[in-house]
Amino acid sequence: MTQATHGLGGLRYDPAKRNRAPEWNVLGALVLIVLVFELLNRMNGTSFLFNMRDTGGLFNQARLDIIVLQVAITGIIALGVTQVIILGGIDLSSGSVVGATAMIVMSFAQTELVNGNPNPKAIFGAWAMDLPVIVPIAVGLACGLAAGLINGLLVAYTKIPPFIATLGMMVSARGVAKWWSNGQPVSFPTETYGSLANGDILGTLTFGLVSWPGQNPAVVFAVLALLFQIAMIRTLYGKRCYAIGSNEAAARMSGINVDRHKVLVYAIAGMLAAVAAILLTSKNLTAQAGMGVMYELDAIAMAVIGGVSLAGGRGSIIGTVLGAMIFSTIISGFTSIRLDAYYQEMVKGAIIVGAVVLDQWRQRKRMRG
Amino acid sequence: MARVILETRGLTKHYGGVHALEDADFILHEGEHVAVVGDNGAGKSTFVRQVTAVEQRSAGEIFFDGQQVAFSGPLEAREAGIETVFQTLALADDLDVPSNLFLGRELFRWRFGPFSWLDRKTMRDRTMEALKTTAVKIPNVDNPIRNMSGGQRQCVSIARTAAFASKLVIMDEPTAALGVQETAQVENIIRGLKERGIPMILISHNLRQVFDLVDRIVVFRRGRIVASLRKEETDGNDIVSYITGVKGGEVNA
Repeated sequence: MTQATHGLGGLRYDPAKRNRAPEWNVLGALVLIVLVFELLNRMNGTSFLFNMRDTGGLFNQARLDIIVLQVAITGIIALGVTQVIILGGIDLSSGSVVGATAMIVMSFAQTELVNGNPNPKAIFGAWAMDLPVIVPIAVGLACGLAAGLINGLLVAYTKIPPFIATLGMMVSARGVAKWWSNGQPVSFPTETYGSLANGDILGTLTFGLVSWPGQNPAVVFAVLALLFQIAMIRTLYGKRCYAIGSNEAAARMSGINVDRHKVLVYAIAGMLAAVAAILLTSKNLTAQAGMGVMYELDAIAMAVIGGVSLAGGRGSIIGTVLGAMIFSTIISGFTSIRLDAYYQEMVKGAIIVGAVVLDQWRQRKRMRG
Repeated sequence: MARVILETRGLTKHYGGVHALEDADFILHEGEHVAVVGDNGAGKSTFVRQVTAVEQRSAGEIFFDGQQVAFSGPLEAREAGIETVFQTLALADDLDVPSNLFLGRELFRWRFGPFSWLDRKTMRDRTMEALKTTAVKIPNVDNPIRNMSGGQRQCVSIARTAAFASKLVIMDEPTAALGVQETAQVENIIRGLKERGIPMILISHNLRQVFDLVDRIVVFRRGRIVASLRKEETDGNDIVSYITGVKGGEVNA
């Protein structure tokens, strides 16, 4: 059975015994967690995953929808955060960037008349009312890009630690969010803007073949995850991220323009936070200065649970997607067994730490052979 | 005599008040393999760091491939054709062997800025080719090099240099941390360079290795070049006398 398929120098190499990709462990953990919740639910005569009523359908569709929906928006942020962490950095600003972007975007997405009366929450004059939906989207992406560029330029060219640079952005962007309308919410977007998150993009794109109304954030999350998974594995972009996160000095010596690449990665992370802000405001039909608080930590937690090493150089987008699913499954699971929200937070913290401890332990075990 | 590949005139480096390298006149000809030997702190590595522009020299001139050069950094030196294996490894631990070999000079299927599509198959094939000539033992080139032994990693580093070598190769103590077998592998790579006619500067403490591999031996002592001897006209004891200062006034290399 054992054969040297591509061992060099006559060294035997058994492909069947090679190290399993760490993502499989994360997937295993996800399955295990689902099983545990299923078991806990069964003890109360209910089910976590399956439909126990006579309403048709094998699965508990409502729960699955919630699991996916509540993970999607933070998950989009986590995609950017993952790339930054693999690069050897950290981004603490994403939650605040969501807040600031949400306020600004919404101001360009408002409708002039609400039930025949002038919009009570109008920020700008008539010129900014009922704009085509592309305008708020473009403004939003520009906000995220600007925040990301500032993060990236600070990290790359002032050489201050990413923790500090993005902490500054975290505080400042939250300030922008509050200053924008003196803390007042911005509401009443156009119908088209509201349909960005609440519509059925899958149905539109497939001409009704597959329909998933109200789950646009999940569709966007899936598409972006796929795109960035490919970019990280197959393109120069990803190769450079891993190289810089793994050994920045070596990357520099090899001729990689490390500083420029850092700016690019932080800029992409900022734009992904903006995408999250657009979907969040569209879903809620309002923007508030407090939007996205703690999202950055949830996003980092998703990446860490998914096996992304905070030391840089290790992890993957697919891992983060699985980490996000675990994150969301645990929250839904706790709700399903009626665990109090306070306990949920306490346990969430323990799970984050536990995931890192497990990962370290696994690394050491592999070193020992 | 063959064409001159590298020449330094009066190469000098001061670190504050410390004269690490003084007035080094050095010549390397086409196809020639030269060893640089000397005690710790004699200025060997300092000399290499000036030539490869890892540091900027205090004084002196460097001529490479017929032209006077003033590289702004190691990258420029590499682009000009000087491949260097440094004492500290310049490898990315989380990348596999092909990615490390082609780090900073990846091959592409199609180009699209930073999102250019990598040609992984060709890079992998060329890696296997490059490593086969070195006889290094690596169970799976697709694993990250983090889990490989020091010798395997050094071989990857040297294979990278050998694979891309064009005009000049510099190795700073390439076998210092290696076992017997791994040292033999590295020495085989060096012999391969000789056969290909690629000139090399080898910094080494190992006199057996030096006499095995090179044509000429240059001895540094206290920041100065004190001897430049053809292998045939000297022996181990003679070299040691120069290294320790028993013998030797100043000569020009």
